[in-house]
Amino acid sequence: MSHQSRERRRAVGLALPLLLFIVVTFVAPLAAMLVRSIHDPAVVDALPETISALEGWDGQGLPPEEAFAAMARELVDARADRSLGKVASALNRVQGGLRSVVSRSARSLEGVSEGPWREAMAGVHEAWSDPTTWHAVLAAGQRFTLRHYLGALDMRRLPDGSLARQPEDRRIYLPLLWRTLAVSASIAVICLVLGYPLAHLIAISPPGRANLLLALVLVPFWTSLLVRTTAWIVLLQRQGVVNDLLAAIGLVGEDGRLALIYNMTGTVVAMTHVLLPFMVLPLYSVMHGIPPQYMRAASSLGARPAQAFARVYWPLTLPGVGAGTLLVFILAIGYYITPALVGGSSGQLISNMVAYHMQTSLNWGLAAALGGIMLAGVLALYVLYDRLVGVERLGLG
Amino acid sequence: MIRSTLFVSVAAAAVAGIATPRQLEAQSVTAVSWGGSYGRAVHMGVNLPFTQETDVRVIVEDYNGGLAQIRAQVEAGNIQWDVVDLEIADMARGCDEGLLEPVDISKLPPGPDGVPAVDDFVADAHAECGVGQLFWSTVYAYNTQTLESDEQPATMADFFDLERFPGRRGMRRVPQVNLEFALIADGVPTDEVYATLGTPEGLDRAFAKLSSIKDQVVWWEAGAQPPQMLADGEVVMSTAYNGRIFNAQVLEGQPFKIVWDGQMLDIGVLGIVAGTPRLDEALRYLAFATTAESQARIGNRISYSPARRSGTAMIGRHVLTGLEMAPHMPATPENTKNSLRFDWRWWADHQDELNERFSAWLAR
Repeated sequence: MSHQSRERRRAVGLALPLLLFIVVTFVAPLAAMLVRSIHDPAVVDALPETISALEGWDGQGLPPEEAFAAMARELVDARADRSLGKVASALNRVQGGLRSVVSRSARSLEGVSEGPWREAMAGVHEAWSDPTTWHAVLAAGQRFTLRHYLGALDMRRLPDGSLARQPEDRRIYLPLLWRTLAVSASIAVICLVLGYPLAHLIAISPPGRANLLLALVLVPFWTSLLVRTTAWIVLLQRQGVVNDLLAAIGLVGEDGRLALIYNMTGTVVAMTHVLLPFMVLPLYSVMHGIPPQYMRAASSLGARPAQAFARVYWPLTLPGVGAGTLLVFILAIGYYITPALVGGSSGQLISNMVAYHMQTSLNWGLAAALGGIMLAGVLALYVLYDRLVGVERLGLG
Repeated sequence: MIRSTLFVSVAAAAVAGIATPRQLEAQSVTAVSWGGSYGRAVHMGVNLPFTQETDVRVIVEDYNGGLAQIRAQVEAGNIQWDVVDLEIADMARGCDEGLLEPVDISKLPPGPDGVPAVDDFVADAHAECGVGQLFWSTVYAYNTQTLESDEQPATMADFFDLERFPGRRGMRRVPQVNLEFALIADGVPTDEVYATLGTPEGLDRAFAKLSSIKDQVVWWEAGAQPPQMLADGEVVMSTAYNGRIFNAQVLEGQPFKIVWDGQMLDIGVLGIVAGTPRLDEALRYLAFATTAESQARIGNRISYSPARRSGTAMIGRHVLTGLEMAPHMPATPENTKNSLRFDWRWWADHQDELNERFSAWLAR
């Protein structure tokens, strides 16, 4: 065995704990969550015979008697072993109102012991005489399903199997997705415009002052995200510092105070501030490594300052520009605390919906599908970046 | 997420197992509540007296509502929380999903006057998996100093009247309660609100009413925000939890006024997380915390009404300021003349679609 390969093995061995840590705390949970977006066994596990009876149904009119019988029996069983709630939640998401149909029917059917089940169930709740109810049961009963992804794209499957867009007043995720991409892109551009001159200034400053400037960039970076966001609330609210100042010098009247927060403006301002260091640091590390002789050489060869910048300096900083922009953009796509606090109703991003479905509605399948779409989008951007610029040129500092 | 929770908890349990003897561990119960001034009232009114009486230590945790954490704990089989202060809609759902232990109300102690627990609790204040603790209310309140009007708002309709009472409004960013308020303001009698909301026309009517003030609304999420926004002058009126406004009035001397007309009463319940290894302690805690005395001890610190009839009689003066509490209580008859009880069953059916519609409406 050569000396080199032993060295490499030792290095890999030392990195193993980290690898294990990442697999356990990151890769495995991520994979488990993504599986949830296509795997939803709650209904079929609780109502297996109903679903298999429905699979033989031609979809016209009402399903066969055996489906009614199986449903009546399995609803009562599900209530007994307390899996009914999950069934009710899953069905209610496919068709609003089924939650109470299911829980009320399960309670009423407890005392019913014989058929004909079609009449018995119709007597318990009229919804069972409506074919759309059974289509909803069948749709929710698919163990592997794309319906969370359809939902995340504001689509739904009609009973005849065709796809349709959601009614207009229920379309939210696609507009929110576009908005998130647009906001993240604008924040990345704003950060670049603000951060580029600053990074340049730090790079050409003498070491003492450069350290001071870097510290000024890093101190907010080390401050808690919540503190910084709350500080923006104090500054930007209607009775806040900025508006007070504008009103005091007469730029705006007392009634015309600007709405700077609880809207998109607030989200963009606060997120730009929070993400700026992620732009400045990679830019600085690339600029720091550019010898000043290059620019001097360019001007001694006759280039005007703008020309020298465009042909020499800017191309040399591109790895930093790419890294900073990509970093800020990707971080912005996943941001949710800042928009939740300062975004009001118009400054919400897609991650706020993910948080809502994780924490409040408990629709983890839909949350996973939304996350999966964002993940795919970010990966696509990464591939695009690799094709256009080349990942090996990413200067992360 | 579950696996990582599991991993961490296995590690934590291993450490805890070494660090604390078993008997000590059994003598504690983790009670989860809403924090803030309410959490303090619960701690003073229930947790401390409970520890004094039973020697069982109470570990306090705060949360922000919802079932997500309980579900994660139950699915991972690693129960950290024992007793949780829940919204009744979450309790019903958690019960259906097997996340909460059934609680037998007849095993709870009777009222001080000997009335059995079943009759002592007001109607619809307990269910299979939860016992009613306190009534709280969503009302609207205004800041008397920043309101630019000679009149005083007095009805729910006034909240939606931008002509007579100009200025921004604060509302919680959820469809619940707001849709009901909109219909009440639009002239629907309180006892017909849910029937009206159940029809497509009624729903459109509620959204149309909300749309009429939408560009003046500042949306809040946490209960601590409305008093802050009222004090800062960010809004002139806001819907709010009555206890939060009470605290700002009484402890901070804020010039706020509550309008009780059209108020939405709801009940907070205590539930026990399914599969807790400390079930005995949890049951003892729950029984203690829902006695009339405990409920009144909280009610004399923050203006939430006891769910036991016998508890109402024990409401007297505010512990810190000596203020007469009855006029500030949501369930006091003068305050409930035109009021509504939150229908969590209706919302359990409709929340999925209405949340989507509300979000789409907000974004437009």
